[in-house]
Amino acid sequence: MNDADQQPAVVPTAAMNSIAIEDLTQALLSLDRLTAKTLLTQSAESLMVPALEQIGAGWERGEVALSQVYMASRICEDIINQTFPSQITAAAQPPRIAIAVLEDFHQLGKRIVSSVLRSNGITLLDYGTLKADELIQRTLADHIEILLISTLMLPSALKIKLVTAGLAAAGAQVKVIVGGAPFRFDDQLWQEVGAYAMGKNASDALAILRDMSSENYHGNKDCREGGAQ
Amino acid sequence: MNSLQRVLTSLGQSEPDYVPFFLLPTLHGAKELGLSIEKYFSEAENVAEGQLRLRARYHHDCLYNFFYAPIEVEAWGAEIIFSPDGPPNSGQPFLANPEDIQKLHVPSIEETPCLSKVLKATRLLKQAAGDEVPIIGVAVSPFSLPVMQLGFDKYFDVMLSRPDLFERLMQVNEEFCVAWANAQLTAGATAICYFDPVSSSTIIPPALYRQTGYEIARRTLARIHGPTATHLASGRCLPILDDLAQTGTAIVGVSALEDLAELKTVVCAAGRSRLSLLGNLNGIEMRRWTPRQAEAQVKAAIAKAGRGGGFILCDNHGEIPWQVPDQILMAISDAVHQWGAYPLKWIENDQE
Repeated sequence: MNDADQQPAVVPTAAMNSIAIEDLTQALLSLDRLTAKTLLTQSAESLMVPALEQIGAGWERGEVALSQVYMASRICEDIINQTFPSQITAAAQPPRIAIAVLEDFHQLGKRIVSSVLRSNGITLLDYGTLKADELIQRTLADHIEILLISTLMLPSALKIKLVTAGLAAAGAQVKVIVGGAPFRFDDQLWQEVGAYAMGKNASDALAILRDMSSENYHGNKDCREGGAQ
Repeated sequence: MNSLQRVLTSLGQSEPDYVPFFLLPTLHGAKELGLSIEKYFSEAENVAEGQLRLRARYHHDCLYNFFYAPIEVEAWGAEIIFSPDGPPNSGQPFLANPEDIQKLHVPSIEETPCLSKVLKATRLLKQAAGDEVPIIGVAVSPFSLPVMQLGFDKYFDVMLSRPDLFERLMQVNEEFCVAWANAQLTAGATAICYFDPVSSSTIIPPALYRQTGYEIARRTLARIHGPTATHLASGRCLPILDDLAQTGTAIVGVSALEDLAELKTVVCAAGRSRLSLLGNLNGIEMRRWTPRQAEAQVKAAIAKAGRGGGFILCDNHGEIPWQVPDQILMAISDAVHQWGAYPLKWIENDQE
């Protein structure tokens, strides 16, 4: 066995880091603040996204616990908050995204998703807990294009149907992405409530948003289940 | 055999006449009585009558004194939000600031109206059922109650970074849990279902469980004067099955996300304690099952875990959703009585 066989993962990681460090060094030496910040942001995401994706996959397999998912998302958000505060406080850029809990006071799922998205530079409005009619009104008033809804209880999950129907009746082209325990136990429920997609974990939500961004979500993309496609 | 004999035989790791069957429809009692959910839970007599009517209809092997999960935090002053089509839910956690844990005092069971209502319902069930049907009482574990006291996020913060507050919270919650469980046993409950979802490997890693929920369960269950079943409310348990057995519990309620056959293999392995399994029909999916699907799910569960006893067929959460049609509950009951008769010779035939 040669050296490369013994350390298959370390060499490319070190090489990638080495290139990033050299680029950053040149940007700093050139006083190119914008490039330096961009490189730092990219570096953070290149490490953070795969780590959070692995954590999400571990949660799906039952190998990672909710407390670990929560703390990992909090740590990432805190680091990004401290390192790049302007990224968090910047005004929302298109597409306009909001997140809410429907009718429950259990906020953990929403908080994890918010942390993961904000850690990755995605700005979003946090509506807290709202009833269906309130959520429709806020979504319309804020011209939201992508609405993330978290639920814990089955009755709340079923009420998402009121939201999707209400938004459609108002002529709004809002893509509703759903998540939470009821959807984990019934993989057809998200379609029943008229959602555009379902995320089984926070990194699913991130992947869905990135897919929508890269494929121009304004098109007629089919609905999908997060993590399955 | 009557229901109690059937259950006790199975818990003794022997085969009774039928696979014991715990149907746990709490909200469906309101339908039986033609009442709103809020009105139904307002009187002990309604719940007792609802439970008796549901058992007369579905012929399951227990009565269940459970009203709704947040009734325990209602006793501490929490707001309860009633819904026309779902279980009463807790409002904003009543401990807005974790520092308020220091001011907590254990509520008196006897002087708390919502808890007294449950005790009265238990007494009424005992009067009606005598010693033929087990009456299942419920106590949320000291380790899991803080989800409703603080909210999940603040509770994780306390559990992981404030050992002083965590210890204080466990002290008061343990006193409450023991008093509440023993009051139900005194009122006529046969056993206590110790709801402990936070201990599941879905919520915390096994290593953390062994330092926290496990030790708390060992202390708490030892002070409860009757048999206990630990229910993880849809959470996974496979990585901690041995530990659960060591807490002194007799039964573990298992998740639809786990394979009953694998769990059965683990609990039957040589040298392990005589832990029985309770589960694991998917209550969320159940809402859209056909009667034929319900029958298939019951058969599959019995085939995986029924042989040799040590198994009670049940849903996986401890509460049947309001949206599950009566027709499906009846199909489940019919299937248990058709396919659950011991010896389960049809399993070999089906496998061939």
